[in-house]
Amino acid sequence: MERQYLLGNEAIAHAALEAGVDFVSGYPGTPSSEVIDVLRAQSERSYYVEWSVNEKVALENALAAAWCGVRALCTMKHVGLNVASDPLMTSAYTGVTGGFVIMSADDPFAHSSQNEQDTRCYAHFARLPCLDPASVQEAHDWLRDAFRLSEEFGLPVIFRPTTRICHSKGDVELGAVVPGQRKGEFHKDPRQYVVIPAHTRILHKKLNEKQPHIKKRLVELGYNRYEIRGKTAVIASGIGASYVEEILPAGISFMKIGAYPVDEDWLGDFVKKHEKVLVIEELAPEVEEKVRQVAGIVPVFGKKNGYAPYEGELSPPLVAAIMVRAGIPSENPFPAVVPEQNLPVRPPILCAGCLHRASFYAIKKIFKDAIYPSDIGCYTLGLQLGVVDTTICMGASITVASGIAHSGEPRDVVCTIGDATFLHTGIQGLMNAVYNGANITVVILDNRITAMTGHQPNPDTGMTAWGIETVPVSLDAICRACGVTFVETVDPFDIAGTVNILSEAKKRHGVKVVIAKQMCVIMARRAGVKRKRYMVDTEQCTGCGTCVRFGCPAIEFIEEKARITDLCSGCSVCAQLCPAGAIGREGSK
Amino acid sequence: MTGSFDILIVGIGGQGTILASNILGKACLLEGRHVKGAETHGMAQRGGSVESHIRIDGQFGPLIVPGWADLLISFDLLEALRYSHYLKRGGKMVVNKHLVLPTSVFTQKIAAPTEDEIIAKLKSYDLCLLDADAIAAEAGSVLAQNVVMLGAAAGSMPLSPDSLVAAVRSLVPPKTIEVNTKAFEMGRAFGTQC
Repeated sequence: MERQYLLGNEAIAHAALEAGVDFVSGYPGTPSSEVIDVLRAQSERSYYVEWSVNEKVALENALAAAWCGVRALCTMKHVGLNVASDPLMTSAYTGVTGGFVIMSADDPFAHSSQNEQDTRCYAHFARLPCLDPASVQEAHDWLRDAFRLSEEFGLPVIFRPTTRICHSKGDVELGAVVPGQRKGEFHKDPRQYVVIPAHTRILHKKLNEKQPHIKKRLVELGYNRYEIRGKTAVIASGIGASYVEEILPAGISFMKIGAYPVDEDWLGDFVKKHEKVLVIEELAPEVEEKVRQVAGIVPVFGKKNGYAPYEGELSPPLVAAIMVRAGIPSENPFPAVVPEQNLPVRPPILCAGCLHRASFYAIKKIFKDAIYPSDIGCYTLGLQLGVVDTTICMGASITVASGIAHSGEPRDVVCTIGDATFLHTGIQGLMNAVYNGANITVVILDNRITAMTGHQPNPDTGMTAWGIETVPVSLDAICRACGVTFVETVDPFDIAGTVNILSEAKKRHGVKVVIAKQMCVIMARRAGVKRKRYMVDTEQCTGCGTCVRFGCPAIEFIEEKARITDLCSGCSVCAQLCPAGAIGREGSK
Repeated sequence: MTGSFDILIVGIGGQGTILASNILGKACLLEGRHVKGAETHGMAQRGGSVESHIRIDGQFGPLIVPGWADLLISFDLLEALRYSHYLKRGGKMVVNKHLVLPTSVFTQKIAAPTEDEIIAKLKSYDLCLLDADAIAAEAGSVLAQNVVMLGAAAGSMPLSPDSLVAAVRSLVPPKTIEVNTKAFEMGRAFGTQC
């Protein structure tokens, strides 16, 4: 046994090693990505690991491995589970023989997500067991347990940490790593694995018959527990339970829900021993609805009567405020403090020397009055440059562009999508756009890596999750195979060349694809690419602001003159833009 | 709150707040103490404002409550002011005398306080202001400025300098152990004077 200070996701990855995991797949997404990043970086591996092209692919791969009797882990963020929801729903019917854990990391407050959906609702919907840890130690212990539970129930188990688990840290007691030793073996059983109507009707019944036993076991095993200390009770789940435990006054009963489905009889017994119950949980009222079902005349306080919010994340002061509102305790221990007002915000921004900024500049120059659907990646930050009009979910730039174009909107429609996102769910939209004759320009922002989530390789990188070289997919060939005839690859750092190709695309009708290809600046630095920095000749600088408006974080504007800081990575774009010719490469004059 | 000593480290993505947090966590382990933390990952790495919460002897949640931090370590002047409300009355503030203005200040011509205006406001706290970049350069590498900051704050933490040095030595890249040890000691020497 060893104690380490670890990130939640590092502890989760270690727990998978302790469980002797045999098969790992997933798609990167904040806050889930570090689990596979840790597993793929291990020097000794007794398991298979892959970054899949999307979550549906990842889940189906891992499900099949678990059908073969090995222990499989599949990781994604909450919205990834939407993509994987088709196999998820029916995997509950087929069940598994090897332990199968689906980690879907939720993001209350949408720190880096497009919505605040709650994975517990999927567990409820699919009738699958779900574990909801309240601390890094619990995340570690329960991920390890989840494989055993999956084998005991013969079902996939959903593991649902949130951002404040995945990206929080703690001193964690670790166990010994167990090398995965199982070899997959598929036992043919069409009644289990071929879900034709005659089979699936029976499988559905079997799934429902498992539920009462699962509920009892989750209480027996201590995932759901309580202590009676008085006539008022607080019921809490997830990280909310940690916040409650820190401030709960003496004499208040406490129930902690860590696993679903919740046993209604057990819950009802507890609730009915109290005169008042408050429910504290993030996002959907999953626990509260169950409590209300069994509460009878006991008053329940929670989201449904306005005591707690449906949105955002909890925090100790918010939990204290909810408790005060509900009459427990008498005083808020955290008086409000006021932050300093009117400070300039510092949001994340595209890096100095990012290829996307150059591509966006060229797009805006040629398509001045256009609609710009975009997608999910670093380049969503193009919003700050006025070149992102829509973002809804992975792969939706090309489809949204088609829909807008077919709606009769007269302006040009130019959409942007990254290489990984294009391969994730973009191709179908492109094929559809060509098939149905849309008039759009698609710019694939190709930096050859999945950058935003921490530089995971994808089929465009030419490298697997293990770092083994593989054949890179040809974006050009994919686009041509979809029927696109105008497919041009440009270097976005060559502004004139990029502008030229875009203006050519603008003249033509139909689906045009421009692939703006250049290495991610962070990857270039790691690969040892060295470009000389640029500097401003203050004598020649007229202070016109052209370079400043380009929006590069390496360019400052002090006393009516531009200045380039040491953040410069030498992309040269500002020098190409400067109308006074005042920007030059360091040491060139 | 519950007896934890709460430290908030803030800065700009890329300045090394995560390594600083790991060093403090490791020092806690060396002393056999519980520790909890939370930090910013993902998009906010792209030059955004970042925060790292560390709760020495923490046993519950990872988040520090605004108004309850015992110590604020900031790698940037503007970020120190942005997070100053986290500090409790009488709390200590250790700040790098270094100001990076957000790009929006230039692109959208947003008003920003000057260095002097920020420092004047920070002086209402128990402030230790230092030029960590210069001290780090003197120690051998500007990259060690995060370790200089920890050194300067060391006297205000309930952790022994020995554990902190051991934690620094075990977590920095092997080639930089001596430079970082020196950076820590120089920061610590500065910290004892302010």
